[in-house]
Amino acid sequence: MNRRLQKLRQTVGMLLLAGATSAAAQSATEAAIAEYHEMFGDENPAELWEIRGADIWLQKRGPLKADLTGCDLGLGAGVIAGAYAQLPRWFEDTQRVQDLETRLVTCITTLQGFSEEEVLAVKFGDGAKKSDLEALSAYVAAASKGMAIALPMQHPAEQSAYALGKDMFYYRAGPHDFSCATCHGESDKRIRLQALPNLTVSAGAQHAYTHWPTYRISQGELRTIEWRLQDCLRQQRMPQLKFGSAVAIGLTMFLAKTAEGGVMAAPSIRR
Amino acid sequence: MADPMRIRAKMAGDKIDVRILMSHPMESGLRKDGDGNVVPASYIVKVSATWQGKEVLAADWGPSVSKNPYLAFRFKGAAKGDTLTITWTDSDGDSRTDEAVIA
Amino acid sequence: MSVTTPRILKAGSLLILALFGQANAEGDNRSDRIAATVQDSFVAKRQAGMDRITQDYTQRQCTQYADAPLPGTVSAEIMRRNRATIKPPSDGVFLGDVTAGEAVARRGRGLQSSDDPAKPAGGNCYACHELAPEELAFGTLGPSLRQYGKLRGDSQFVLDYTWGKLYNSNAHIPCSNMPRFGHQGILTEQQLKDVMAYLLDPASPVNQ
Repeated sequence: MNRRLQKLRQTVGMLLLAGATSAAAQSATEAAIAEYHEMFGDENPAELWEIRGADIWLQKRGPLKADLTGCDLGLGAGVIAGAYAQLPRWFEDTQRVQDLETRLVTCITTLQGFSEEEVLAVKFGDGAKKSDLEALSAYVAAASKGMAIALPMQHPAEQSAYALGKDMFYYRAGPHDFSCATCHGESDKRIRLQALPNLTVSAGAQHAYTHWPTYRISQGELRTIEWRLQDCLRQQRMPQLKFGSAVAIGLTMFLAKTAEGGVMAAPSIRR
Repeated sequence: MADPMRIRAKMAGDKIDVRILMSHPMESGLRKDGDGNVVPASYIVKVSATWQGKEVLAADWGPSVSKNPYLAFRFKGAAKGDTLTITWTDSDGDSRTDEAVIA
Repeated sequence: MSVTTPRILKAGSLLILALFGQANAEGDNRSDRIAATVQDSFVAKRQAGMDRITQDYTQRQCTQYADAPLPGTVSAEIMRRNRATIKPPSDGVFLGDVTAGEAVARRGRGLQSSDDPAKPAGGNCYACHELAPEELAFGTLGPSLRQYGKLRGDSQFVLDYTWGKLYNSNAHIPCSNMPRFGHQGILTEQQLKDVMAYLLDPASPVNQ
């Protein structure tokens, strides 16, 4: 009897230990990332993008030799403080719902006279090939740090962009039958050791959305939500998501709206 | 060509706490791009910090240093308001110099 | 006669109305609402062609009811259709090689626009499931499969069930998050056999 009890205890102990080791492996990974993060102190290489973005914002460039201080990001010409926390939104002049990146493209083409092709030549930077859009996004997003996400959501087009984003979030397709919801529809799940935010609830969406753009340590690049979305869809085995497409804006709108009230902390630094 | 550094230099007791972020791709020459082509090597080989014409730090770097490197060090002797000059030179012969006033 | 004919017509038109009513409900389908926009928002990239946007019956229904209860009739129809796709191993042998199966379970690449189509796709089991005790980097989207074979044995029922689950998960659980590895051609018959061995062989690390 005693021996059996002892054996049972051992088994239970071993089971607990097994549970503890996998949890330990996860927290060890997280601890390593935290330690790496700590080495930076309050420094974040994203600042290099912010500096470059500020520089581009003020430079007189393009065929029209203009800077971007006349750019209206929704709060009036030249106002960047808090603008990112209220995007995406409807713009009267373009008659479109735009996210930060597509709005920046509008400003660069209309104010400076660059062609859309020129602006979109480098959407996502890679080493020496730098993206002006990423730098400008970092600069503009930083001016919303500490502010709560609050979308206007008055215009019918804003509401339909949200509805489209929500429909798309659940759209299952491709050889693996994946949708966004496959990985991001439940709380407290992880893929391998990577924790997955539940993007259908406020806390999960806030945790994710408020940190973008972010400096991705694994890539040594600053990345925006546009990049994040097209990379998620790549992993879903879908074709290439078009930059600034209705689906890209819709999904951004769905995320931003679900994250509403969350305090912007971008540009951040992440894995 | 090269982008500006982000330099913070602050008095910490009798020492100056210097923290520098450099913008550099730090290509090792071993990486391949999305199309499978080798990305040519391009990395910082020398970093130097000078204060009043005196070199207070000299570093020889190689391809194993990360992209957008972060360098932190402390030195003694300078005072608030002094100027610190940082220069890096890379394997292409490109270089960048920035200054910061000690706070 | 002159009295019955209109009656039949009336009955017929009622039936048509009923069908039309159903078509109307279908018109409010999530996939239909966004089909044109989705088509415009993507562009083919390498092996990830635009055909991947098009949904089959299962994907369409699972999209429609992703955040609502799945009606019983739809649930039954999904299982019926997917069950019909399951092809047992051509030579009747269910179990392949444990080591090869482990490689399939670990490998995450395959069928992404960024993947080399010449290399075999992985099953990426560890992304969602716990399997062998020495692999700590497992996901939790799916249930733990630790000691899968040890707990279930290797009866013909278990072989058929497990094969069916790998081949087409929706035959058992409609709108399962698990890919339909055989039906969708993600894994080859040999790879499926190897994963079977990894799950069921008593000597497999999964069953230690």
